[in-house]
Amino acid sequence: METILLFSPLVGALLCGFGWRMLGENVATYVSTALLFLTATLSWVVFLTYSGPDAHVIPLLKWVESGTLSVDWAIRIDRLTAIMLVVITTVSSLVHLYSIGYMAHDENFPKGASYRPRFFAYLSFFTFAMLMLVTADNLLQMFFGWEGVGVASYLLIGFYYRKPSANAAAIKAFVVNRVGDFGFALGIFALFYLTDSINFDQVLNPHNAEALSERTFMFLSWEMNALEVITFLLFVGAMGKSAQLLLHTWLPDAMEGPTPVSALIHAATMVTAGVFMMSRMAPLLEYATFTPDFIVFIGASTAFFAATIGLVQNDIKRVIAYSTCSQLGYMFVAVGIGAYPVAMFHLFTHAFFKAMLFLGAGSVITAMHHEQDMRKYGALRKKIPLTFWAMMIGTLAITGVGIPLTHIGFAGFISKDAIIESSFAAGAGVSRYGFYMLVIAALFTSFYSWRLIFMTFFGKARGDKHAHEHAHESPLTMLIPLGVLALGAIFAGMVWLPNFFGEAEQVQEWFGVATYFNHETNHVLHEAHLVPSWVKTAPFWAMLIGFVIAWYFYIVNPNAPKALAKNQRHLHAFLMNKWYFDELYDLIFVRPVKRLGYFLWKKGDGRVIDGTIDGIAMGIVPWFTKQAAKAQSGYLFHYAFWMFAGVVALVTWVSIGGAG
Amino acid sequence: MDSILSVVTFLPLLGAAVLLVFLRGDGEFEQRNAKLVALLATSLTFIVSISIYTKFDPANAGFQMVEEYKWIAGLNYKVGVDGISILFVLLTTFLMPIVILACWGVSHRVKEYMVMFLVLETMMIAVFTALDLVLFYVVFEAGLIPMFLIVGIWGGKDRVYAAFKFFLYTLLGSVLMLIAMLVMWYDAGTTDIPTLMHHQFASDNFTLLGITVVGGLQTLLFLAFFASFAVKMPMWPVHTWLPDAHVQAPTAGSVVLAAILLKMGGYGFLRFSLPMFPVGAEVMSTFVMTISVIAIIYTSLVALMQEDMKKLIAYSSVAHMGFVTMGIFALNKQGLDGAIYQMISHGFISGALFLGVGVIYDRMHTRDIDAYGGLVMRMPAYALIFMFFTMANVGLPGTSGFVGEFLTLTAAFKANTWIAFGATTGVILSACYALWLYRRVVFGDLIKESLKTITDMTAREKMMMAPLVFFTLLLGIYPALVLDLIGPSVDALLENFDAATAGMAHAASAIAPATH
Repeated sequence: METILLFSPLVGALLCGFGWRMLGENVATYVSTALLFLTATLSWVVFLTYSGPDAHVIPLLKWVESGTLSVDWAIRIDRLTAIMLVVITTVSSLVHLYSIGYMAHDENFPKGASYRPRFFAYLSFFTFAMLMLVTADNLLQMFFGWEGVGVASYLLIGFYYRKPSANAAAIKAFVVNRVGDFGFALGIFALFYLTDSINFDQVLNPHNAEALSERTFMFLSWEMNALEVITFLLFVGAMGKSAQLLLHTWLPDAMEGPTPVSALIHAATMVTAGVFMMSRMAPLLEYATFTPDFIVFIGASTAFFAATIGLVQNDIKRVIAYSTCSQLGYMFVAVGIGAYPVAMFHLFTHAFFKAMLFLGAGSVITAMHHEQDMRKYGALRKKIPLTFWAMMIGTLAITGVGIPLTHIGFAGFISKDAIIESSFAAGAGVSRYGFYMLVIAALFTSFYSWRLIFMTFFGKARGDKHAHEHAHESPLTMLIPLGVLALGAIFAGMVWLPNFFGEAEQVQEWFGVATYFNHETNHVLHEAHLVPSWVKTAPFWAMLIGFVIAWYFYIVNPNAPKALAKNQRHLHAFLMNKWYFDELYDLIFVRPVKRLGYFLWKKGDGRVIDGTIDGIAMGIVPWFTKQAAKAQSGYLFHYAFWMFAGVVALVTWVSIGGAG
Repeated sequence: MDSILSVVTFLPLLGAAVLLVFLRGDGEFEQRNAKLVALLATSLTFIVSISIYTKFDPANAGFQMVEEYKWIAGLNYKVGVDGISILFVLLTTFLMPIVILACWGVSHRVKEYMVMFLVLETMMIAVFTALDLVLFYVVFEAGLIPMFLIVGIWGGKDRVYAAFKFFLYTLLGSVLMLIAMLVMWYDAGTTDIPTLMHHQFASDNFTLLGITVVGGLQTLLFLAFFASFAVKMPMWPVHTWLPDAHVQAPTAGSVVLAAILLKMGGYGFLRFSLPMFPVGAEVMSTFVMTISVIAIIYTSLVALMQEDMKKLIAYSSVAHMGFVTMGIFALNKQGLDGAIYQMISHGFISGALFLGVGVIYDRMHTRDIDAYGGLVMRMPAYALIFMFFTMANVGLPGTSGFVGEFLTLTAAFKANTWIAFGATTGVILSACYALWLYRRVVFGDLIKESLKTITDMTAREKMMMAPLVFFTLLLGIYPALVLDLIGPSVDALLENFDAATAGMAHAASAIAPATH
């Protein structure tokens, strides 16, 4: 069953990508969608029937085997995998369904072009790679999936290959991810070097982690703690894939891809792979000290930083993209403080409401004839009521609406509060920094999310009159996925709260071997329930304040934002330009690298190397060039003959001479 | 005595003889016949060579299917294969029919052209099977000649300059090797390679012109061979002949050059440098790994700025060969496995990339990247295949390119973390230059007038690519096919190597304390 689960998306991708001429475009897309629903069904079966605590491993095929390095293709099912399976396949199957409607007409392609099978093939291929990533039983297969989703993402971001901006974004995504992979790969090498294995069973056990934490080795020129180096390097990989601060620049640009892609890859699944990976590494992180703190710092900073940029963006997809970036920061904070199940909890709920926000945005964009600028929206509530309600539910979920001090609320309320409470419970130091950052980010989240709703659905219709008049509700294939995801956005938090964030023992039992707590030092899950009530209600107040400000700015006094922007010109420009990260990277990486490449080519290869060698050969070369000038092709044969004769004669003479 | 190796070696030469003797005239019909004869000869060679694979016993680390005859003037003709060489033989016989197919559009001196490739194939196979020093040297050098002519006669505008550059670089490197071979013969009294592999050359330090030579004679011999193999690889900084040769060579010539000829250097390290001069190799290992990493970074940066498709791929080849030398001189199991794997894999991938450039060159007669753009609109099949090999070149897991890179990097990390750190940046840079190339050529809008009527790949072109796609994938998913084959021979090599260098461990560490 697990094998069918894993490979049916691949079969779908191949059938759709190569067989569509035979099957016909429509059938091909239906086939891949149907296979995805099959996978989703099986995933839910696995999720509901899996009972721990042990991992269930199905070996498939020998892979790389060289000396002590021995790695197999395998399917590993444990609680972490099971969670990821349902997240991936549920969102993916719904996105497939949605895309049937969304991709039906696309003005980026000439009439009659067959772009749809290609799109579905990529989507299915992506799903396959993502499943390979989460079912891996060793770091190498994980890396396979990791790079596989990277390629799928690259292809889908660049799906509109005629647009230069889409191509640039695709390359940027791949290259920035490769920077992360650079760390990931080094982490794998270090792990193998120090433990002689990269299989989870050998690597991810507390004894190994403890032993590593007591070892040092020469990394580059410094004597460093083995465990800290390994976990840090692996986290660099996670930073790339999950778009954390410093390696985040690709995610907003990735919005060049079609909107269903943004929902599936750049919100619900691929970008959460980093969180999944670090949760997988829990046994190692538990014995490290520096890396977890670093993770908290980066996560909290990203949550804050991305939220600030989200405040001022006008492209509806970019707002949601920065929101994703910010929410991923939340998850990393949970990982860093050792509340791995809580990180997975937010990953789980976030997948539903963020996918829904993106798909809702897609529905808005379709309605508005591919206009993405929110300044040209307004008053769409009546035109597209179903989409409006879907977006409302998504917003209620992401901003964390619920009844304080109870367990009743939208999915985001439950899981986000769980992270904030845990970060407070984790104690002083960097965790406290995390706590404050997350609360402030919650306020910003609320503001930009409501700003999006108000600018899009309320107020006066702005922009192109024609577009507003013709705005229409999306077809059923696009609305059904919204409905299903809405269920998740409302209930996912309440239903699974005891499993992810119940009593510590209960959580540990549900997760089984898939997670690990060092009981001597890590009590965060237990203490998170005992935090003071001002902590528990803080995110609620933050949410409320954000809402009120947004309401004032965009409903009561729509001129206020402009006035403020003018007032705080520098700050506004700073946020609008995304803290100038792109400009900075261009200045310190892109341009110097190009210049260096050019320099090495012209001066290094041209002047120094060729120059020197030609110089040495100066005695011979003029003679040759003189000969070469008259060298018709026929003469070359003569040269060759004499060269050959020379070689033979030389060797024969040498050998015979030597013998004599 | 089993003579399968000789049959495989000389079948192409027989084909060449048939062409020379029986084919007269240069009409369209004769040209076609020449190509057919060549295709037949190379295909037949490949089919026969499969039995080398089936007869080969992977558990046996020694030489198999050995043949030995007296040759002229007291020299021996001795051939055989072991786990290290068998794959190169198969790679050669497998690629040659594809190379011939790639020549189908040629109409200038077709008969001679085919003869060149057939002679070249014989030489290349013999390089990988030769078990006698003199035989090896003769075919190693003689192989240059057909290649020299292929570039010099059928090449592009500056073909003569490129041909001479190619020839001089490689020949000058070989002079030192020849001298070293002489010394070896005086020292060991034999030219038999299996015997030499177990002969211990003196490795005591001595002083020459006031400089202490660590590893003594072995180091000097190592360096002499190194000069030749490093040019062949090619390693930085003696790589500059390769981009010029590639740019000027016809498509088929580029394929042979990148896919097979470049592997001779790596093979030489494994067959001669490591087993015969272990102490020398150990002494020089950090140096070689360092210039390998410089090669990876340097040539990747240079590749980034290229405006000529072939030059870009040529520089990328140099970078990939950097992984090979790095893996070899990491001197451990993963390194050697990875280096061999990388060479085989690069044979498929670089071959396919050059074929890919050939496909559009045949249509547009330019290799300028700027002359293209938006090909995907009219050439979807080409776009797909070129994307596949671009990704394979970038080392995407699941393709054969990944296995080699991963193993060599793992090995390098064991040997020296700085080396691994530097080389891993190559993984980022390769993504930059490869994807940027792809974007400029295939993606974008098709606006250039000249491209509006370009046609997609023909059945022949697809047929050339199909087997390459198949093997690139197969070896990416199931590397055991190769690793199981080379495993025992690599183990044996390492065992001898470790035994030979065990004694000098303390000496080396005393002299080179920075080697960690």
